[in-house]
Amino acid sequence: MIARARFGLYRLSSCGGCQWALFDEAEAVMELSRLVDIVHWRSLGPSAAEVPVDIALVEGSVSGPKAARWLQSLRARSGQLVSLGACATAGGPQALRPQDAALSWKAERCASPEYAPEIEWADSVAHHVRVDVEIDGCPVNSARVLRVVRDLLSGVAPRREWNSVCIECKRRLAVCVTVARGLPCLGPLTRAGCGALCPRQGRGCYGCFGRAETLNQAAMQVCLRQAGVEDPRAHFDLFHAAASANPQAAEGWDARR
Amino acid sequence: MSGTREISVQLPLLDRAMEDAALELEIVDEEIRDVRLRIFEPPRFFEKLVEGRRFDEVVDLVARICGVCPLAHQLAAVQAFEDLFRLDPGPWARTMRRVMHCGEWLQSHAMHLHLIAAPEFLGCVGPFELGERFPSELKRGLALQALGRDLVALFGGRAVHPVGLCVGGLHCVPAEDRVEAVAERLERAGAQVREVVLWCAGFGVPEHLRACTGVALSDVSEYAMASGHISSGSGMHIHIREFENRFKDYQVAHSTAFHARLDAGSYFVGPLARLNLNQHQLPDEVRNCVRDCGLKLPSHNLFQHTLARAVEMHFAIIEAARLLRGYRRPDVSRPPVSVRAGTAIGCIEAPRGLLWHRYEVDADGRIRSAKILPPTVQNLARIEDDIAEVLQAYGLDRSDDELRALGERVIKSYDPCVPCATHFLQLRVQRR
Repeated sequence: MIARARFGLYRLSSCGGCQWALFDEAEAVMELSRLVDIVHWRSLGPSAAEVPVDIALVEGSVSGPKAARWLQSLRARSGQLVSLGACATAGGPQALRPQDAALSWKAERCASPEYAPEIEWADSVAHHVRVDVEIDGCPVNSARVLRVVRDLLSGVAPRREWNSVCIECKRRLAVCVTVARGLPCLGPLTRAGCGALCPRQGRGCYGCFGRAETLNQAAMQVCLRQAGVEDPRAHFDLFHAAASANPQAAEGWDARR
Repeated sequence: MSGTREISVQLPLLDRAMEDAALELEIVDEEIRDVRLRIFEPPRFFEKLVEGRRFDEVVDLVARICGVCPLAHQLAAVQAFEDLFRLDPGPWARTMRRVMHCGEWLQSHAMHLHLIAAPEFLGCVGPFELGERFPSELKRGLALQALGRDLVALFGGRAVHPVGLCVGGLHCVPAEDRVEAVAERLERAGAQVREVVLWCAGFGVPEHLRACTGVALSDVSEYAMASGHISSGSGMHIHIREFENRFKDYQVAHSTAFHARLDAGSYFVGPLARLNLNQHQLPDEVRNCVRDCGLKLPSHNLFQHTLARAVEMHFAIIEAARLLRGYRRPDVSRPPVSVRAGTAIGCIEAPRGLLWHRYEVDADGRIRSAKILPPTVQNLARIEDDIAEVLQAYGLDRSDDELRALGERVIKSYDPCVPCATHFLQLRVQRR
């Protein structure tokens, strides 16, 4: 009998919603334990964080030097390393904080800031180590995660969605909320994968699946302003802060307020 | 035997990969002087992240505090802003939000029960072993959690970080046939969830009675989920705006995760506190089930939290089914919003208990400052007090493994949520 692949799911700084979202397919998660040998997934019991694995899923952003060092050691003992969801792939909402803010925020909120941990920043997994597969979404789409795991087990390179949410609306015959109702929608800038969730609920996309491959920020900026968004860049950054910190992604936006 | 004993413990919910939590016991002359539960979790500064953001962005942002109870944070935020803006979402939106709220309680309670509590009580290592030894019970539990998720998703698109809520009402009005499909499943689930309650009642919990205060919302008109006054078993009954006069969150020397106290004492929130205060408002089927399973209310046994959770699963199903009967689409799902400056306060019963939000809002509807007090922060001080009492009674000459097992059982009984508790700060070690 061929040994089952060893699998681990590791949580860093996050709300935990991505691993929780996997339970949208609860039966499939239980099934997973027959496909792979789950050596680490602490909220489900298995807890052996130091054991080498074939497939490592990392949830959450990397927050502080200690987490960065730990991540490097995980990389060294992992075959395929997957960043699971918006925090791991793009820093998540906590990457919104200004680079030096953590210290002053601690001082402001705490009577005794010296008890607070060593945290200066929050950013993506790929900022620190090589990542084999990136999975987008806040939270992830559970069917997509299970497909990635099955792809990796069969030696197939998982394909990342490269379309935007706009294309998903067209595929699903959802009426465009910007064209029909003048609502601001980040669909043209946002990676597909959610199934056009927000437009199908009658509201504009707010970008929780991360930035799409090809963006036209300059045109979107005009469009968003027309729809009443005062600060399009800040609106876009809600789920893209770490990604848009690089100059290429910032291109086309007016300067921050 | 005196000195400090440190025992690593596994927290049940979303413990971080890098480090274990730790329980530090300070023992002097065979007496526990102090218990410190240390959790390692980087702060994410949500109260600061929302500053400068518009109220409508905040509704989506605060969901991300917690992947297990995102809807509760959203409900607290919309309630706060609607109160400030003097906006009435109307009966349709209020009812459908309560249905979603039932869905979140159901999925959260079902997950805790089947992934954490049942394996613990039945001696299984996690849900995978539970699935091997009790396949039909696990399958039944996962089906009920799926039903809870589908209730949230019916109006919110998805269960984790739903997108359906907005200030004033709901974004989405589902069609009658979709609602009927879920309503039929609810009607059928009544018998199943009753079996879950009786199954839980058979786990057999340690008897540990303690005198302490339970706190929950209480409303004259219904079993409170998102309305009423903040009440306690010792007769407190205050408006949600008075919360900060009586409840204080504070730093403690061993930790920078905030703890909270009511007046000067620790207290607990959550399903058992709610049942103790509001059991008379449960529907007849659920009251009968409480009687049949032998749960005596009010209960002061901390280990009864699990059974209380099962009872609330039953309530959630009966209540959601009742609310969806005769469902009709409304003409408008949300009125227009006119922004006002001021202090916005919302208070919700999250699955784990009382959740309180306060926002200072400017005239453009942007947040100037925020304060969020989730249930787990409120339970932490009580958890430490309970561990001290329970371990003292158990005997401090026991091995670390024995103390760990019982300490973990106390912690798990509260179903603490690590991401929620440390949305601002982590506990920090003071090594000596």
